Amino acid sequence: MAPIIYLLAFVGGFVIMSLELLGGRVLAPYFGSSIYVWGSIITIFMLSLSLGYLFGGRLSLNQPSLRRFGIIFIVAAAFLYPLVFFAEPIMNWIFELIEDPRYGSLVASALLFIVPTVILGMISPYSVRLLVSSTHESGQVAGRLYFVSTMGSALGTLATSFYFVLWFEINTIVTLLTAALVLMGAIAGLAHRHHSASKAGSEA
Amino acid sequence: MNSVPFRRRSQRCLQLLILVCLLVTMLLSSILDAKIIHRERSLYSTILLDERGSVICLQFSVREDQRNQSCKDRDDPRRLIFGYAKMMMMSLLLQPEPQRILIVGLGGGTLPTMLNELYPDAHIDVVEIDPAVVTVAETYFDFRANDQVKVIVQDARVFTKRAGIRGDSYDLIMLDAFNGDYIPEHLMTREYLEETRAILADDGVIAANTFSISRLYDHESATYQAVFGEFYNVTMRESANRIIITTGRPLPPVKALMDTAIALNARLKRYSMRATDYQRLFSTRVDWDPDARLLTDQYAPANLLREE
Repeated sequence: MAPIIYLLAFVGGFVIMSLELLGGRVLAPYFGSSIYVWGSIITIFMLSLSLGYLFGGRLSLNQPSLRRFGIIFIVAAAFLYPLVFFAEPIMNWIFELIEDPRYGSLVASALLFIVPTVILGMISPYSVRLLVSSTHESGQVAGRLYFVSTMGSALGTLATSFYFVLWFEINTIVTLLTAALVLMGAIAGLAHRHHSASKAGSEA
Repeated sequence: MNSVPFRRRSQRCLQLLILVCLLVTMLLSSILDAKIIHRERSLYSTILLDERGSVICLQFSVREDQRNQSCKDRDDPRRLIFGYAKMMMMSLLLQPEPQRILIVGLGGGTLPTMLNELYPDAHIDVVEIDPAVVTVAETYFDFRANDQVKVIVQDARVFTKRAGIRGDSYDLIMLDAFNGDYIPEHLMTREYLEETRAILADDGVIAANTFSISRLYDHESATYQAVFGEFYNVTMRESANRIIITTGRPLPPVKALMDTAIALNARLKRYSMRATDYQRLFSTRVDWDPDARLLTDQYAPANLLREE
Protein backbone atom coordinates (compact mmCIF):
# COMPACT_ATOMS: atom_id res chain seq x y z
CA MET A 1 0.00 0.00 0.00
CA ALA A 2 2.78 2.44 0.95
CA PRO A 3 4.45 2.51 -2.49
CA ILE A 4 1.14 3.48 -4.09
CA ILE A 5 0.68 6.36 -1.68
CA TYR A 6 4.21 7.57 -2.40
CA LEU A 7 3.56 7.31 -6.13
CA LEU A 8 0.39 9.37 -5.78
CA ALA A 9 2.16 12.00 -3.68
CA PHE A 10 4.91 12.17 -6.31
CA VAL A 11 2.41 12.76 -9.11
CA GLY A 12 0.58 15.32 -6.98
CA GLY A 13 3.81 17.29 -6.52
CA PHE A 14 4.57 17.00 -10.22
CA VAL A 15 1.17 18.36 -11.26
CA ILE A 16 1.30 21.31 -8.83
CA MET A 17 4.55 22.72 -10.18
CA SER A 18 3.81 21.93 -13.80
CA LEU A 19 0.56 23.85 -13.44
CA GLU A 20 2.28 26.76 -11.70
CA LEU A 21 4.73 27.11 -14.58
CA LEU A 22 1.96 26.95 -17.15
CA GLY A 23 0.23 29.70 -15.19
CA GLY A 24 2.81 32.19 -16.41
CA ARG A 25 2.19 31.12 -19.98
CA VAL A 26 -1.57 31.31 -19.63
CA LEU A 27 -1.54 34.83 -18.16
CA ALA A 28 1.14 36.39 -20.42
CA PRO A 29 -1.12 37.24 -23.41
CA TYR A 30 -3.35 39.30 -21.12
CA PHE A 31 -1.10 40.66 -18.42
CA GLY A 32 2.41 40.40 -19.84
CA SER A 33 5.23 38.34 -18.36
CA SER A 34 6.61 40.85 -15.93
CA ILE A 35 7.79 40.01 -12.44
CA TYR A 36 4.44 40.96 -10.91
CA VAL A 37 2.66 38.35 -13.03
CA TRP A 38 4.91 35.71 -11.49
CA GLY A 39 4.33 37.35 -8.12
CA SER A 40 0.58 36.92 -8.56
CA ILE A 41 0.89 33.29 -9.57
CA ILE A 42 3.25 32.30 -6.77
CA THR A 43 1.13 34.16 -4.20
CA ILE A 44 -2.01 32.35 -5.31
CA PHE A 45 -0.29 28.94 -5.37
CA MET A 46 1.22 29.41 -1.90
CA LEU A 47 -2.10 30.61 -0.53
CA SER A 48 -3.97 27.70 -2.11
CA LEU A 49 -1.48 25.10 -0.93
CA SER A 50 -1.59 26.43 2.63
CA LEU A 51 -5.37 26.16 2.65
CA GLY A 52 -5.14 22.73 1.03
CA TYR A 53 -2.84 21.49 3.82
CA LEU A 54 -5.35 22.70 6.38
CA PHE A 55 -8.36 21.10 4.69
CA GLY A 56 -6.48 17.89 3.86
CA GLY A 57 -5.49 17.47 7.50
CA ARG A 58 -9.06 18.10 8.59
CA LEU A 59 -10.42 15.61 6.05
CA SER A 60 -8.00 12.92 7.26
CA LEU A 61 -9.78 12.80 10.64
CA ASN A 62 -12.88 11.35 9.03
CA GLN A 63 -12.49 7.63 8.22
CA PRO A 64 -9.34 7.95 6.13
CA SER A 65 -9.01 5.44 3.30
CA LEU A 66 -7.24 4.92 0.00
CA ARG A 67 -10.56 5.25 -1.77
CA ARG A 68 -11.15 8.72 -0.34
CA PHE A 69 -7.54 9.58 -1.12
CA GLY A 70 -8.21 8.65 -4.75
CA ILE A 71 -11.34 10.80 -4.79
CA ILE A 72 -9.18 13.85 -3.97
CA PHE A 73 -7.29 13.21 -7.24
CA ILE A 74 -10.49 12.79 -9.25
CA VAL A 75 -11.98 16.01 -7.84
CA ALA A 76 -8.71 17.89 -8.53
CA ALA A 77 -8.84 16.63 -12.12
CA ALA A 78 -12.47 17.74 -12.43
CA PHE A 79 -11.51 21.31 -11.45
CA LEU A 80 -8.29 21.35 -13.48
CA TYR A 81 -9.64 20.31 -16.86
CA PRO A 82 -12.12 23.22 -17.29
CA LEU A 83 -9.09 25.55 -17.60
CA VAL A 84 -8.83 24.33 -21.18
CA PHE A 85 -12.20 25.89 -22.00
CA PHE A 86 -12.71 28.71 -19.52
CA ALA A 87 -9.28 30.28 -19.03
CA GLU A 88 -9.64 32.61 -22.03
CA PRO A 89 -13.17 33.91 -21.40
CA ILE A 90 -12.35 34.46 -17.71
CA MET A 91 -9.20 36.41 -18.56
CA ASN A 92 -11.01 38.43 -21.22
CA TRP A 93 -13.57 39.40 -18.65
CA ILE A 94 -10.99 40.39 -16.04
CA PHE A 95 -8.91 42.26 -18.63
CA GLU A 96 -11.87 44.50 -19.38
CA LEU A 97 -12.76 44.87 -15.71
CA ILE A 98 -9.35 45.68 -14.18
CA GLU A 99 -6.92 48.16 -15.77
CA ASP A 100 -3.91 47.53 -13.55
CA PRO A 101 -2.12 44.38 -14.79
CA ARG A 102 -0.85 43.64 -11.28
CA TYR A 103 -4.31 43.23 -9.81
CA GLY A 104 -5.64 41.85 -13.07
CA SER A 105 -3.11 39.03 -12.97
CA LEU A 106 -3.71 38.45 -9.26
CA VAL A 107 -7.48 38.12 -9.69
CA ALA A 108 -7.06 36.02 -12.84
CA SER A 109 -4.69 33.55 -11.20
CA ALA A 110 -7.02 33.38 -8.20
CA LEU A 111 -10.03 32.51 -10.37
CA LEU A 112 -8.13 30.06 -12.54
CA PHE A 113 -5.94 28.24 -10.06
CA ILE A 114 -7.23 28.47 -6.47
CA VAL A 115 -9.71 25.59 -6.55
CA PRO A 116 -7.54 22.93 -8.24
CA THR A 117 -4.49 23.93 -6.20
CA VAL A 118 -6.32 23.86 -2.85
CA ILE A 119 -7.44 20.32 -3.68
CA LEU A 120 -3.94 19.29 -4.78
CA GLY A 121 -2.63 20.71 -1.49
CA MET A 122 -4.80 18.25 0.44
CA ILE A 123 -2.76 15.33 -0.88
CA SER A 124 0.28 15.73 1.40
CA PRO A 125 -1.36 15.74 4.84
CA TYR A 126 -3.77 13.02 3.77
CA SER A 127 -0.86 10.82 2.66
CA VAL A 128 0.85 11.31 6.02
CA ARG A 129 -2.31 10.10 7.75
CA LEU A 130 -2.49 6.98 5.57
CA LEU A 131 1.17 6.13 6.04
CA VAL A 132 1.70 6.79 9.74
CA SER A 133 0.94 3.89 12.04
CA SER A 134 2.71 5.08 15.19
CA THR A 135 3.76 8.42 16.61
CA HIS A 136 7.32 7.11 16.90
CA GLU A 137 7.79 6.94 13.12
CA SER A 138 5.57 9.89 12.19
CA GLY A 139 8.45 12.33 11.67
CA GLN A 140 10.29 9.92 9.45
CA VAL A 141 7.20 9.18 7.39
CA ALA A 142 6.44 12.89 6.96
CA GLY A 143 10.02 13.55 5.95
CA ARG A 144 10.01 10.76 3.39
CA LEU A 145 6.72 11.97 2.02
CA TYR A 146 7.87 15.55 1.59
CA PHE A 147 10.99 14.17 -0.07
CA VAL A 148 8.95 12.22 -2.60
CA SER A 149 6.36 14.90 -3.35
CA THR A 150 8.96 17.67 -3.60
CA MET A 151 11.02 15.51 -5.95
CA GLY A 152 7.83 15.24 -8.01
CA SER A 153 7.60 19.03 -7.99
CA ALA A 154 11.21 19.38 -9.10
CA LEU A 155 10.70 16.98 -11.96
CA GLY A 156 7.40 18.64 -12.93
CA THR A 157 9.14 21.99 -13.11
CA LEU A 158 12.01 20.69 -15.20
CA ALA A 159 9.95 18.57 -17.58
CA THR A 160 7.44 21.36 -18.23
CA SER A 161 9.89 24.21 -18.76
CA PHE A 162 12.53 22.27 -20.71
CA TYR A 163 10.45 19.93 -22.82
CA PHE A 164 6.65 20.01 -22.55
CA VAL A 165 6.35 23.62 -23.77
CA LEU A 166 8.60 22.74 -26.70
CA TRP A 167 6.57 19.68 -27.68
CA PHE A 168 2.96 20.45 -26.73
CA GLU A 169 0.40 23.22 -26.61
CA ILE A 170 -0.59 24.47 -23.17
CA ASN A 171 -4.02 22.87 -23.39
CA THR A 172 -2.46 19.53 -24.30
CA ILE A 173 -0.26 19.71 -21.22
CA VAL A 174 -3.25 20.56 -19.01
CA THR A 175 -5.10 17.58 -20.51
CA LEU A 176 -2.14 15.29 -19.81
CA LEU A 177 -1.94 16.51 -16.22
CA THR A 178 -5.67 15.87 -15.83
CA ALA A 179 -5.24 12.37 -17.25
CA ALA A 180 -2.39 11.69 -14.81
CA LEU A 181 -4.60 12.73 -11.88
CA VAL A 182 -7.49 10.55 -13.06
CA LEU A 183 -5.13 7.62 -13.49
CA MET A 184 -3.81 8.09 -9.95
CA GLY A 185 -7.37 8.28 -8.62
CA ALA A 186 -8.20 5.03 -10.41
CA ILE A 187 -5.09 3.31 -9.06
CA ALA A 188 -6.02 4.36 -5.52
CA GLY A 189 -9.56 3.08 -6.01
CA LEU A 190 -8.38 -0.28 -7.33
CA ALA A 191 -5.78 -0.62 -4.59
CA HIS A 192 -8.47 0.13 -2.02
CA ARG A 193 -10.74 -2.60 -3.40
CA HIS A 194 -7.88 -5.08 -3.62
CA HIS A 195 -6.73 -4.21 -0.13
CA SER A 196 -10.17 -4.55 1.51
CA ALA A 197 -10.87 -7.75 -0.42
CA SER A 198 -7.65 -9.36 0.77
CA LYS A 199 -8.34 -8.10 4.28
CA ALA A 200 -11.85 -9.62 4.17
CA GLY A 201 -10.34 -12.85 2.80
CA SER A 202 -7.79 -13.11 5.59
CA GLU A 203 -10.46 -12.43 8.21
CA ALA A 204 -12.79 -15.14 6.83
CA MET B 1 70.27 43.01 -61.81
CA ASN B 2 67.94 40.84 -59.92
CA SER B 3 68.72 42.35 -56.55
CA VAL B 4 67.18 45.74 -57.20
CA PRO B 5 63.61 44.60 -57.75
CA PHE B 6 64.04 42.16 -54.87
CA ARG B 7 65.10 44.93 -52.56
CA ARG B 8 62.24 47.04 -53.81
CA ARG B 9 59.84 44.21 -53.23
CA SER B 10 61.09 43.56 -49.72
CA GLN B 11 60.88 47.26 -49.04
CA ARG B 12 57.29 47.25 -50.15
CA CYS B 13 56.62 44.22 -47.97
CA LEU B 14 58.10 46.03 -45.01
CA GLN B 15 55.98 49.08 -45.72
CA LEU B 16 52.89 46.89 -45.93
CA LEU B 17 53.80 45.18 -42.69
CA ILE B 18 54.23 48.50 -40.92
CA LEU B 19 50.90 49.68 -42.29
CA VAL B 20 49.14 46.53 -41.10
CA CYS B 21 50.74 46.83 -37.66
CA LEU B 22 49.62 50.41 -37.47
CA LEU B 23 46.08 49.55 -38.45
CA VAL B 24 45.90 46.71 -35.94
CA THR B 25 47.19 48.96 -33.18
CA MET B 26 44.66 51.62 -34.09
CA LEU B 27 41.88 49.08 -34.14
CA LEU B 28 42.95 47.59 -30.83
CA SER B 29 43.33 50.94 -29.16
CA SER B 30 39.92 52.04 -30.40
CA ILE B 31 38.43 48.87 -28.92
CA LEU B 32 40.36 49.32 -25.70
CA ASP B 33 39.36 52.95 -25.64
CA ALA B 34 35.72 52.01 -25.29
CA LYS B 35 34.72 52.86 -21.78
CA ILE B 36 31.65 51.51 -20.14
CA ILE B 37 29.89 54.60 -18.87
CA HIS B 38 26.75 52.99 -17.55
CA ARG B 39 25.91 49.47 -16.47
CA GLU B 40 22.61 48.57 -14.97
CA ARG B 41 20.68 45.43 -14.26
CA SER B 42 17.11 46.48 -14.66
CA LEU B 43 14.07 44.30 -14.10
CA TYR B 44 14.05 43.26 -17.73
CA SER B 45 17.59 43.30 -19.05
CA THR B 46 21.17 44.29 -18.59
CA ILE B 47 21.68 47.80 -19.91
CA LEU B 48 25.22 48.55 -21.04
CA LEU B 49 26.43 51.85 -22.40
CA ASP B 50 29.88 52.30 -23.79
CA GLU B 51 31.66 55.28 -25.18
CA ARG B 52 34.26 55.43 -27.96
CA GLY B 53 35.31 58.95 -28.67
CA SER B 54 32.15 60.85 -29.48
CA VAL B 55 30.11 57.69 -30.13
CA ILE B 56 28.00 56.11 -27.39
CA CYS B 57 26.38 52.75 -27.86
CA LEU B 58 23.60 51.04 -25.97
CA GLN B 59 23.19 47.30 -25.78
CA PHE B 60 20.97 45.01 -23.80
CA SER B 61 23.20 42.06 -23.32
CA VAL B 62 26.45 41.28 -21.60
CA ARG B 63 27.29 39.06 -24.53
CA GLU B 64 29.24 40.83 -27.22
CA ASP B 65 26.31 40.94 -29.58
CA GLN B 66 26.15 43.92 -31.88
CA ARG B 67 22.92 42.85 -33.45
CA ASN B 68 20.73 45.44 -31.91
CA GLN B 69 23.10 48.02 -30.65
CA SER B 70 21.82 51.49 -30.83
CA CYS B 71 24.54 54.08 -31.25
CA LYS B 72 24.77 57.80 -31.45
CA ASP B 73 27.53 60.15 -32.51
CA ARG B 74 27.33 63.13 -30.19
CA ASP B 75 29.10 65.35 -32.69
CA ASP B 76 26.73 64.38 -35.48
CA PRO B 77 23.51 62.98 -34.03
CA ARG B 78 21.98 62.27 -37.41
CA ARG B 79 24.67 59.86 -38.45
CA LEU B 80 23.17 56.43 -37.83
CA ILE B 81 25.72 53.76 -37.25
CA PHE B 82 23.70 50.62 -37.56
CA GLY B 83 21.77 49.57 -40.58
CA TYR B 84 18.76 48.05 -38.93
CA ALA B 85 17.19 51.39 -38.03
CA LYS B 86 17.58 52.49 -41.64
CA MET B 87 16.01 49.27 -42.80
CA MET B 88 13.09 49.82 -40.44
CA MET B 89 12.60 53.28 -41.93
CA MET B 90 12.06 51.68 -45.34
CA SER B 91 8.52 50.85 -44.22
CA LEU B 92 7.87 54.46 -45.29
CA LEU B 93 7.99 53.23 -48.88
CA LEU B 94 4.57 51.67 -48.30
CA GLN B 95 3.16 54.54 -46.25
CA PRO B 96 5.07 57.76 -46.92
CA GLU B 97 2.70 60.01 -44.91
CA PRO B 98 1.99 58.34 -41.55
CA GLN B 99 -0.07 60.44 -39.17
CA ARG B 100 -0.31 58.01 -36.26
CA ILE B 101 2.73 55.93 -35.42
CA LEU B 102 3.25 53.18 -32.84
CA ILE B 103 6.74 52.05 -31.86
CA VAL B 104 7.17 49.02 -29.61
CA GLY B 105 10.53 49.18 -27.83
CA LEU B 106 12.31 52.47 -27.21
CA GLY B 107 15.99 51.50 -27.14
CA GLY B 108 18.07 54.63 -27.56
CA GLY B 109 15.11 56.43 -29.08
CA THR B 110 16.60 56.52 -32.58
CA LEU B 111 13.41 55.60 -34.41
CA PRO B 112 10.99 57.96 -32.63
CA THR B 113 13.48 60.83 -32.88
CA MET B 114 13.92 60.32 -36.63
CA LEU B 115 10.21 59.97 -37.27
CA ASN B 116 9.47 63.04 -35.18
CA GLU B 117 11.99 65.03 -37.23
CA LEU B 118 10.61 63.75 -40.51
CA TYR B 119 6.95 64.10 -39.57
CA PRO B 120 6.66 66.84 -36.96
CA ASP B 121 2.86 66.70 -37.10
CA ALA B 122 2.55 62.95 -36.69
CA HIS B 123 1.46 61.54 -33.36
CA ILE B 124 3.93 58.95 -32.08
CA ASP B 125 3.24 56.45 -29.27
CA VAL B 126 6.27 54.60 -27.95
CA VAL B 127 5.60 51.58 -25.75
CA GLU B 128 8.51 50.51 -23.58
CA ILE B 129 8.25 48.00 -20.74
CA ASP B 130 11.39 49.06 -18.88
CA PRO B 131 11.42 52.44 -17.10
CA ALA B 132 15.22 52.16 -16.82
CA VAL B 133 15.51 52.22 -20.63
CA VAL B 134 13.48 55.43 -20.77
CA THR B 135 15.84 57.05 -18.27
CA VAL B 136 18.91 55.92 -20.24
CA ALA B 137 17.45 57.21 -23.53
CA GLU B 138 16.77 60.58 -21.92
CA THR B 139 20.10 60.83 -20.15
CA TYR B 140 22.49 59.61 -22.83
CA PHE B 141 20.62 59.85 -26.12
CA ASP B 142 18.85 63.18 -25.58
CA PHE B 143 15.56 61.50 -26.23
CA ARG B 144 12.64 63.71 -25.22
CA ALA B 145 8.96 63.02 -25.15
CA ASN B 146 6.95 66.01 -26.32
CA ASP B 147 3.47 66.98 -27.41
CA GLN B 148 3.72 64.68 -30.40
CA VAL B 149 5.86 61.88 -28.96
CA LYS B 150 4.45 59.98 -25.98
CA VAL B 151 6.15 57.22 -24.05
CA ILE B 152 3.95 54.62 -22.39
CA VAL B 153 5.70 52.35 -19.89
CA GLN B 154 3.73 49.16 -20.31
CA ASP B 155 3.90 45.63 -21.64
CA ALA B 156 3.27 45.89 -25.38
CA ARG B 157 0.81 43.01 -25.36
CA VAL B 158 -1.32 44.74 -22.74
CA PHE B 159 -1.06 48.06 -24.62
CA THR B 160 -2.06 46.48 -27.93
CA LYS B 161 -5.08 44.68 -26.47
CA ARG B 162 -6.29 47.90 -24.81
CA ALA B 163 -5.69 49.90 -27.99
CA GLY B 164 -7.80 47.35 -29.84
CA ILE B 165 -10.63 47.72 -27.33
CA ARG B 166 -10.41 51.53 -27.65
CA GLY B 167 -10.58 51.13 -31.42
CA ASP B 168 -7.28 52.96 -32.02
CA SER B 169 -5.54 52.67 -35.34
CA TYR B 170 -2.03 53.44 -36.56
CA ASP B 171 -0.65 54.16 -40.04
CA LEU B 172 2.78 52.84 -39.13
CA ILE B 173 3.67 50.24 -36.50
CA MET B 174 7.29 49.40 -35.73
CA LEU B 175 8.02 46.31 -33.65
CA ASP B 176 11.47 46.54 -32.13
CA ALA B 177 11.12 44.72 -28.83
CA PHE B 178 13.67 41.96 -29.20
CA ASN B 179 16.88 43.42 -27.90
CA GLY B 180 18.44 41.32 -25.26
CA ASP B 181 19.16 37.80 -24.23
CA TYR B 182 15.55 36.94 -23.52
CA ILE B 183 12.78 37.12 -26.10
CA PRO B 184 9.37 38.14 -24.77
CA GLU B 185 7.60 35.10 -26.14
CA HIS B 186 4.09 36.55 -25.88
CA LEU B 187 5.13 39.21 -28.43
CA MET B 188 5.92 36.66 -31.09
CA THR B 189 2.70 34.72 -31.39
CA ARG B 190 0.03 34.60 -34.06
CA GLU B 191 -2.49 36.08 -31.62
CA TYR B 192 -0.22 39.05 -30.88
CA LEU B 193 0.27 39.72 -34.58
CA GLU B 194 -3.48 39.48 -35.12
CA GLU B 195 -4.07 41.98 -32.32
CA THR B 196 -1.45 44.26 -33.90
CA ARG B 197 -3.03 43.90 -37.32
CA ALA B 198 -6.37 44.89 -35.77
CA ILE B 199 -4.96 48.31 -34.79
CA LEU B 200 -3.35 48.87 -38.18
CA ALA B 201 -5.12 51.37 -40.44
CA ASP B 202 -6.40 50.07 -43.79
CA ASP B 203 -3.48 51.62 -45.63
CA GLY B 204 -1.06 51.14 -42.74
CA VAL B 205 2.28 49.35 -42.69
CA ILE B 206 4.15 47.21 -40.14
CA ALA B 207 7.91 46.91 -39.81
CA ALA B 208 9.34 44.29 -37.46
CA ASN B 209 12.95 43.81 -36.43
CA THR B 210 13.30 40.05 -36.12
CA PHE B 211 15.68 37.12 -36.09
CA SER B 212 17.63 36.00 -39.09
CA ILE B 213 19.44 33.06 -37.56
CA SER B 214 18.54 29.79 -35.82
CA ARG B 215 15.41 27.71 -36.17
CA LEU B 216 13.37 30.61 -34.94
CA TYR B 217 13.65 32.14 -38.42
CA ASP B 218 11.42 29.43 -39.89
CA HIS B 219 8.83 29.56 -37.13
CA GLU B 220 8.67 33.32 -37.08
CA SER B 221 8.43 33.65 -40.85
CA ALA B 222 5.66 31.06 -41.02
CA THR B 223 3.75 32.90 -38.30
CA TYR B 224 3.99 36.27 -40.11
CA GLN B 225 2.94 34.54 -43.31
CA ALA B 226 -0.11 33.07 -41.57
CA VAL B 227 -1.26 36.47 -40.30
CA PHE B 228 -0.24 38.86 -43.08
CA GLY B 229 0.20 36.66 -46.12
CA GLU B 230 3.08 37.72 -48.31
CA PHE B 231 5.63 40.07 -46.75
CA TYR B 232 8.86 41.80 -47.70
CA ASN B 233 12.03 40.48 -46.20
CA VAL B 234 14.69 43.14 -45.91
CA THR B 235 18.17 41.87 -45.14
CA MET B 236 21.64 43.33 -45.40
CA ARG B 237 24.85 41.36 -45.56
CA GLU B 238 26.57 43.50 -42.95
CA SER B 239 23.70 43.22 -40.50
CA ALA B 240 22.47 40.12 -38.68
CA ASN B 241 19.00 41.63 -38.64
CA ARG B 242 16.10 40.72 -40.81
CA ILE B 243 13.36 43.30 -41.13
CA ILE B 244 9.85 42.21 -42.06
CA ILE B 245 7.77 44.87 -43.77
CA THR B 246 4.17 44.17 -44.57
CA THR B 247 0.67 45.57 -44.73
CA GLY B 248 -2.84 44.31 -44.19
CA ARG B 249 -3.41 44.17 -47.94
CA PRO B 250 -1.80 42.49 -50.94
CA LEU B 251 1.71 43.87 -51.45
CA PRO B 252 2.62 46.01 -54.45
CA PRO B 253 5.47 44.69 -56.60
CA VAL B 254 8.89 45.97 -55.48
CA LYS B 255 9.29 47.92 -58.72
CA ALA B 256 6.18 49.94 -57.90
CA LEU B 257 7.97 51.35 -54.84
CA MET B 258 10.56 53.11 -56.98
CA ASP B 259 8.67 56.40 -57.33
CA THR B 260 8.09 56.63 -53.59
CA ALA B 261 11.74 55.79 -52.99
CA ILE B 262 12.88 58.61 -55.24
CA ALA B 263 10.55 61.02 -53.45
CA LEU B 264 11.82 59.84 -50.06
CA ASN B 265 15.46 60.32 -51.02
CA ALA B 266 15.20 64.08 -50.62
CA ARG B 267 13.72 63.74 -47.14
CA LEU B 268 16.22 61.16 -45.94
CA LYS B 269 19.24 63.02 -47.26
CA ARG B 270 20.01 64.52 -43.86
CA TYR B 271 20.51 60.99 -42.50
CA SER B 272 22.89 60.29 -45.36
CA MET B 273 20.73 57.49 -46.66
CA ARG B 274 19.02 56.86 -49.95
CA ALA B 275 15.74 54.99 -50.04
CA THR B 276 16.53 53.86 -53.58
CA ASP B 277 19.50 51.87 -52.23
CA TYR B 278 17.35 50.01 -49.76
CA GLN B 279 14.39 49.35 -51.98
CA ARG B 280 16.62 46.87 -53.86
CA LEU B 281 16.97 44.81 -50.68
CA PHE B 282 13.25 43.98 -50.59
CA SER B 283 12.47 40.36 -51.32
CA THR B 284 9.36 38.21 -51.19
CA ARG B 285 11.21 34.96 -51.77
CA VAL B 286 10.16 32.18 -49.38
CA ASP B 287 13.51 31.10 -47.94
CA TRP B 288 12.13 29.42 -44.85
CA ASP B 289 10.39 26.16 -44.14
CA PRO B 290 6.71 26.99 -44.80
CA ASP B 291 5.64 23.97 -42.76
CA ALA B 292 7.36 25.20 -39.60
CA ARG B 293 5.01 25.09 -36.63
CA LEU B 294 3.31 28.44 -36.00
CA LEU B 295 4.06 30.30 -32.80
CA THR B 296 0.81 30.76 -30.89
CA ASP B 297 -0.23 31.68 -27.36
CA GLN B 298 -0.55 27.92 -26.85
CA TYR B 299 2.86 27.16 -28.33
CA ALA B 300 5.48 29.84 -27.85
CA PRO B 301 8.87 28.36 -26.90
CA ALA B 302 10.77 31.06 -28.81
CA ASN B 303 13.72 31.10 -26.43
CA LEU B 304 14.10 27.32 -26.62
CA LEU B 305 13.83 27.37 -30.41
CA ARG B 306 16.49 30.03 -30.67
CA GLU B 307 18.99 27.84 -28.85
CA GLU B 308 18.38 24.78 -31.01
